[in-house]
Amino acid sequence: MLKVIESKYLKNDIPDFRPGDNIKVYVKIKEGDKERIQVFQGDVIARKGSGIASTFTVRKISSGIGVERIFPLHSPNVTKIQVVRQGDVRRSKLYYLRERQGKMARIDAKVRESKE
Amino acid sequence: MKTLYGFKVGMTRVFDDDGNMVPVTVIRSEPHWVIQVKSRASDGYDALRLAFGQVRRKLVSKPLAGQFKKAGIEPCRYIREVRVPSTDSFKIGDKFGVDVFEAGDRVKVIGTSKGMGFQGAVRRHHFRGGPKTHGQSDRLRAPGSVGASSYPSRTWKGQRMAGHMGDQQVTARNVLIKAVEAEHNLIMVKGAVPGKPGGLLKIVKA
Repeated sequence: MLKVIESKYLKNDIPDFRPGDNIKVYVKIKEGDKERIQVFQGDVIARKGSGIASTFTVRKISSGIGVERIFPLHSPNVTKIQVVRQGDVRRSKLYYLRERQGKMARIDAKVRESKE
Repeated sequence: MKTLYGFKVGMTRVFDDDGNMVPVTVIRSEPHWVIQVKSRASDGYDALRLAFGQVRRKLVSKPLAGQFKKAGIEPCRYIREVRVPSTDSFKIGDKFGVDVFEAGDRVKVIGTSKGMGFQGAVRRHHFRGGPKTHGQSDRLRAPGSVGASSYPSRTWKGQRMAGHMGDQQVTARNVLIKAVEAEHNLIMVKGAVPGKPGGLLKIVKA
């Protein structure tokens, strides 16, 4: 109802990205009183929630260790999202990647502009 | 003015300046008008009678309609009396909105909790119930003993038992006001407040 009005906190410049895509997330980080932007690049393995509560999970392999970060989609600390490569996947939640290693954990790139 | 009434709209979340997600309850508070000023001289105490909320004209009794007319306002559904330390600065017809509060204020929010109906001792008082096994039957959610034997030979008053739960006045204290939106008559407070959406709440500046 009136919650629609409340959600002026929403962002409207979010690019279209899906699970399976490889993205760069530009995160604002506060260290003491200094602020800087850090980039987190990885595969989107889940998008959850709706409205202001929506989040997405990004997984990457950092020096041999799997790292996942969950970002609130509308957080002001997520300054920019950039799609690097679109992936071709058949499910919306790619949690199965957690059990896979090496080549098995790769996501095929989407063939551009396949038959509509 | 330190007191307003409002209706719970529901909960959502917002981001604060640091980008943290904060749970908030949205409260809608329509403008209040003073329809009577009670003073120590005439009534023995200082208070204001406030009216708020729309109502159809024909639902208002004629004596009440006269009071609204005197204040120069449309008829209101709700009338509540609020004590004030001094009535000097108030007069009939004065209007108050959500802007009596501002972000950062600490308030009490008084409401009526959700009615739970008749509930057992486990739900109502967090009793542990009885054991599931070891030859027990019918003891899983039992309240246990309600008192000693020969003395006092009765159950003490106030012994916690099953019964009606909820639908009571509950006060949430030290509630932080996150934001005030005057154009929509909305107040956002951090955290939860008593009752269901639509419930009447009293908000008092602490």
